[in-house]
Amino acid sequence: MYESRKYIIGSLMAVMALIISLRLLYVQIITNEYREAAEMNSRRKVVQYPSRGLIFDRNGKLLVSNQAVYDIMIVPKEVKAFDSTEFCQTVGIDIETLRQLFGDIKTQIRRRRASIHKPVVFLRQLSGERYAMLQEKLYKMSGFYAQRRTLRKYEYRAAANVLGYVGEASESYIKKHPYYANGDYVGISGIESSYEEYLRGRKGVNYLMVDVLGRTKGELYEGKYDTAAISGQDLTLSLDIDLQMYGEKLMQGKTGSIVAIRPQTGEILAMVSAPSYDPSLLVGRDRSKYFPILTNDPNKPLFNRAIQAWYPPGSTFKTLNALIGLDEGTVTPETRYGCAHGYTVGKFHMGCHGHASPLNLRQSIQHSCNGYYGHEFRDLIDNKKFKNVKEGLDTWKDHLVKFGLGYKLGVDIANENRGFIPNSAYYDKTMGPNWTSLGVVSLSIGQGEILLTPIQLANVAATIANKGWFITPHIVHKIEGAQTDSLYRYPRQTGIDTAYFSVVKDGMELAVWGTDGGTARVAQIPGIRVCGKTGTAQNPHGKDHSIFMCFAPKENTEIAVSVFVENAGFGATWAAPIASLMIEKYINGSVDPKRKYLEDRIIAMRTIQDTNGAKDKKDPKKEAAKGNERGNDTGAAKQPSSPTGGASTPAGGIEGEETAEDIEPESEAEIEPEPAPAMSPTPTENPIETEENVQ
Amino acid sequence: MFSNIGVSNSYRKGVDWLTVILYILLVAFGWSNLYAANYNPEVGLQFSLSSEYFKQLMWIGVSAVFAGIIMLSDSKLFVEAAWPIYGASLVLLTLVLLIGKEVYGAKSWLAIGPIQFQPAEFTKIGAALVISRLMSRYGFRFDIKQYATLAAVILVPVGYILLQNDTGSALVYFVFLLPMFREGLTPHILLLGTLCLVGAIAALLLGTWIAMLSLLVLSVVALQVVMSRQGHSKTALIAIIIGAVVGGGLTLANIFLLGSRYPVEFPVLIGLAVVSVYLIVMVIVHRLRNIWLFLLYVWVGVGTSFAAGFVFEHVLIEHQRTRINVLFGIEDDPLGAGYNVNQSMIAIGSGGLLGKGFLSGTQTKLNFVPKQTTDFIFCTVGEEWGFIGSLALVGTYLFFFLRLIHLAEQQHSVFSRVYGYCVACVFFFHFTINICMTIGLMPVIGIPLPFFSYGGSSLWGFSVMLFIFLKLDTDRNFLIR
Repeated sequence: MYESRKYIIGSLMAVMALIISLRLLYVQIITNEYREAAEMNSRRKVVQYPSRGLIFDRNGKLLVSNQAVYDIMIVPKEVKAFDSTEFCQTVGIDIETLRQLFGDIKTQIRRRRASIHKPVVFLRQLSGERYAMLQEKLYKMSGFYAQRRTLRKYEYRAAANVLGYVGEASESYIKKHPYYANGDYVGISGIESSYEEYLRGRKGVNYLMVDVLGRTKGELYEGKYDTAAISGQDLTLSLDIDLQMYGEKLMQGKTGSIVAIRPQTGEILAMVSAPSYDPSLLVGRDRSKYFPILTNDPNKPLFNRAIQAWYPPGSTFKTLNALIGLDEGTVTPETRYGCAHGYTVGKFHMGCHGHASPLNLRQSIQHSCNGYYGHEFRDLIDNKKFKNVKEGLDTWKDHLVKFGLGYKLGVDIANENRGFIPNSAYYDKTMGPNWTSLGVVSLSIGQGEILLTPIQLANVAATIANKGWFITPHIVHKIEGAQTDSLYRYPRQTGIDTAYFSVVKDGMELAVWGTDGGTARVAQIPGIRVCGKTGTAQNPHGKDHSIFMCFAPKENTEIAVSVFVENAGFGATWAAPIASLMIEKYINGSVDPKRKYLEDRIIAMRTIQDTNGAKDKKDPKKEAAKGNERGNDTGAAKQPSSPTGGASTPAGGIEGEETAEDIEPESEAEIEPEPAPAMSPTPTENPIETEENVQ
Repeated sequence: MFSNIGVSNSYRKGVDWLTVILYILLVAFGWSNLYAANYNPEVGLQFSLSSEYFKQLMWIGVSAVFAGIIMLSDSKLFVEAAWPIYGASLVLLTLVLLIGKEVYGAKSWLAIGPIQFQPAEFTKIGAALVISRLMSRYGFRFDIKQYATLAAVILVPVGYILLQNDTGSALVYFVFLLPMFREGLTPHILLLGTLCLVGAIAALLLGTWIAMLSLLVLSVVALQVVMSRQGHSKTALIAIIIGAVVGGGLTLANIFLLGSRYPVEFPVLIGLAVVSVYLIVMVIVHRLRNIWLFLLYVWVGVGTSFAAGFVFEHVLIEHQRTRINVLFGIEDDPLGAGYNVNQSMIAIGSGGLLGKGFLSGTQTKLNFVPKQTTDFIFCTVGEEWGFIGSLALVGTYLFFFLRLIHLAEQQHSVFSRVYGYCVACVFFFHFTINICMTIGLMPVIGIPLPFFSYGGSSLWGFSVMLFIFLKLDTDRNFLIR
C-alpha cells in the first residue's frame, strides 16, 4: 500500500538537493559579488610611509630630522559606538570637535570623496605621547586604527627659506603625479621641493588580514605581495649652519638677503632671506594655523629674497661693464675718462661725487665713478665695430647671459627667478625703434631696467674671483647613494680673458683698501684681502637699497658674498659691513673683538618699523611674528620691497609663493622670454642726478 | 529510482555497512571543517583540551559508544520503550522550562553538573519511535482518532519547544508528516500546507490583494475543470458571474461611494462567501462531488494570504519580521539582520570553484561569520572546498537520505519502515533548512547541520537516531511489534 509514494518523497529530496546545487552554482561560480566582498572583508592595505631623508650641513651637523606622529584612521562602515568622552580626553579635543570630525567624514562620503568601506583619515597628526595613551584604548573602538607618519623636525631655527617646507599634496598635484595619494606629504618649497624625489624615499605596502572587528590577524599571502618602505636619501648641504645663523642674526629687523658662495665649487655657504620665520611653524597641524599669517605678513617672510627678489644691481654692475668693454676692446685698463661731478650730455646729467679726475679703469672701480661708466658704456655699445647701437646692446647682453644673468641660474632651490637683462627688442618696444645709447645710459651704472637676484650677484662676485668661470651655485653637496646633477660639477665659462678679470679684481681691492680713498673701506678685515664693490639701488618709494658684492681673499678665494639690505641707504653703510662680517666669520671662525662694535651696530639697525608692541601674547599672529624672530607683521605702512627702482618682488614672485602652496612651482617658471619687469623705471621717469645714487 | 542504489540483499543479516560508511564520512568531514573553522593561522596547529574540535572529538567517541550499545541491544526494546522514551523526553523538556539555561535567546539547555545538553534533540527520537509504534499497530488506518493521537504526539513537544523560544527546533516536527504521507496520509494536508506557504509568501511579496486575486483566477479555472467533468459547467459559470458581480460591485462601491472606508480585501471576501453559499446549495441540490475540497482549498489559499499580512504585522516579533524581509529582499540591511546571511554568502561565494583549500579560508577564520561552528558550519565547507566540495557534500547527503529510504522500504515490519522514514526525513529537514539558510534561500532558522555542527547533544541525538534504525535494519526480516 502506498509504496509508490517513496518516489514522491525521494524526488522531493532530489529536487531540494538540485535547488541547493543551483544556488551554490550561482553564489560560488556565476556571480563575482561575494568574492569581491570577501576581499574587502578581510584585506586591508596598509601603506608604510618611509621617513624622509635627513638633511645635514657641510660640517655634518643635523639640520632636519623626523618626528613620528600618528594619523587616526577610520573605516566608516566598521565604526560602532564607543566611549566618546574617553576618546576626546585622550586625544585632547572636545566633543564638539569630535562631532565636527564625524560630520566632515559624512560630507566626504556624500560627495563621494571617501568610501564607507575604505580607511579615511579621521584625526591628523596625533603626537607620539597622545598616541601612546590612545593605543591602549584603540582595541575597544571598532573601525579605528592608527597610521604612523613622520613629520619634519628642525634642529635649528634657521635657513627656513633654503630648507622649504613639506605639506600634504593637493588634488591637482596628485593628478599630475600618480605616485602620490590623498594625504601624502610632498616638499612644497626650498630643497624639500627640488630634492623631493630623493628625500621622499619609497612607500611600502603591507597587505594585512583583518577580522570582523578590524583587528589585524597577520599578513595576507604570507607577505608575498608586501613591499617594504625605503627611507629617503639623506642630503648633505654645502650650507654652513653657523654662518647661516650668523647671517640671519645680522639681518634681523631688516629686509634683504645675504648669499655666500664658495667660488671654486659653486657651493652655497649661506643664503639668508630676511625677514624669515621659524621653520617649525610650518610643520604638521601648525601649518594650517601659521601659513595664512605668514602669507599675509606684509614683510613676506615666505618670500625667498635670495633667489626670488630682483633688484637693480647699482654700481656693483660697473665691474661687468668694465669686463665687457675690455673684452670687446672698447676700453683698456689705462683708458681715462673725465668726470665733472657726473656725466653730462646736453640737458642730461648723471651725477657723481667728488673724487680726482680723470681716472683709469682700476680707479674708476675704486671710486665708483659714474662719469667714467657713462662714457665707457656708450663707447661700448655705440662702437663702430657694431652695425648699430642695437647690435652693440645685444652683444653686451650676450656677455651678461654668459655670467648667468637674465635667466635662471639653475640653483637647486625651488622657485628661482630669472632676473632681467634688456635687449634691443625690449627697447624697440618700450621706447620706439629710434632709441639711442644716451636713452639707456643708466644701464652703465647698474640702474634702469636691469634686475639681478641676490644669488646672481653673488655668482658674479664668484666669477670675478675665479677670473672668468663659475660652477652653477647649488646648496646640495652630497646625495646619499646618488650623484649631484652634472650642472653642479662642471664649470661654465664667461668667455672673457682672465687678464681682464685681474684688472677688475685690482679695482675691487682698491675699493676696499685704496689709500687714496675707496667706497668700501668699511669692509676691511685685518689680515684678509677683501675685494668688494658697493652699490645702491634706486628706490623712489623710500630709502635706497644698500648693496655690496665682494670676495676674499683676493687669490685662492674662499668666499664670495652678495648683500642686499632694502631701504637702508648707501651700499657702504650697511651692506658692506655685513658682508665683511660674514667673510670674517667664515674665514676666521669668529669676529675680531675690535670689530664687535660694527656687529652690534648692524644687529641693532632696523629697517622694519615695529609699531605694534606685544599687546596680546596669545595672539597667534604675534606668535608667528615672534616665530619669525626678525619679522613684524603690522605697521609697515610702506611696502619695503615695493618694486619701482627697488627690489622687485614682482607679481610672479608673490604668485610663486601661492603656487608653491598649490605645489605647482613649474607654472611660475614659464615667464615669457623677454618679460617687462613688473615696474621697470625708465631714465626719464627716474631721475638719477643725485650724488647719493652713485655709491 | 532508489531500489538500484547500493547493493541490496533483503535477506542479508548484519549492519548495513554502506550507511555506516556514509555516516563515518559525514562525521569525519564535519569534524575536519570544525577544526578548520577553529584553526588560527597565527597560532598554527594546536591541540587544546578546551577547544571545540577536541570536545567534538570526545562527543564523536561518546556517539560511537552509544552506537555500540544500541547495536548490542534488542530491536524489540525500541518498540517497547517508545512511549517511555517519549515520556522521559517530555519530562526533560518540562525540566528545561523550569531550570533550563538560556543560550542565544532560546531557553533550551539543561545543565546537569558539568554536562549540558538540549533535550529537544532527544525528544525527536521519542516522537519518531511513538509515531512508528502508533502507525505500525495492526489494522492502523487514518481515522479521526488516529489523526488526533498523532497530532497530539507531535504538537505536545512542539508546544514545549515553542515555549523555550526555539522556533527552529519546533518546525522540525512537521517533517513527520512525510513518513505519515508514506503510510497513507491524505496528500491534501501536505498540499494545503504548501498552499498556505505559497499564499503567505505571495501576500508578503505582492501584497494581499494581488495574491488573493491571483488565487481566485486559479480557482475559477479549477472550478471550471471540476464542474465540467460532472456536466455542470453552467453552474460553474453562474457561480463565477455571481462572484464577479458581487465582488466587483462591492469593490467599486467601496472605492467610489464609501471612499475606500473598508480594506480592498473585504469585497473580495464577501463575493467569495456569496459564491461559496451558492455552491453549497448546488452541492446539496445536485449531489456534486469534490466541491467541498475545492472550497477548502480556495478558502485556505485566500485565507492565508489575507491572514499573512496580519500575522506578519501583529504576531511575529521584530527580528523574525526583519529576517523574512531580508530574505525576500524587501529590506537590505547587510549590517543588521542581514549580516549573518550576507557574511555567510560572502564566505561561501569566496570559495569559487575549487575553494581556498583546507585551513586556508579567510572569512571563516577571521570571525566574519557568526556562529560559524554551529549553525553556519557549511560556510567553512563552501569557502575551503569550493563548489566542488559543496556539491560533493550535497550529493553525499542526498545519497545518504535515499539509502535510508531504500533501507526503510526493505523492512518487513511497518514499525521499522516508518521509523526509517522518520530518520531520513528529520535529517533531510535539518539539512535543507540549515544549508538554505546559509545560502540565503530561507530565513535564518537556527537548527544544526547533522554531523557537522558543533555540539554534543545534536551529534548524539542524530547518531542514536540513526543507529536505532540500523539496529532495526539488522532484523529487517522479522516482524517487530
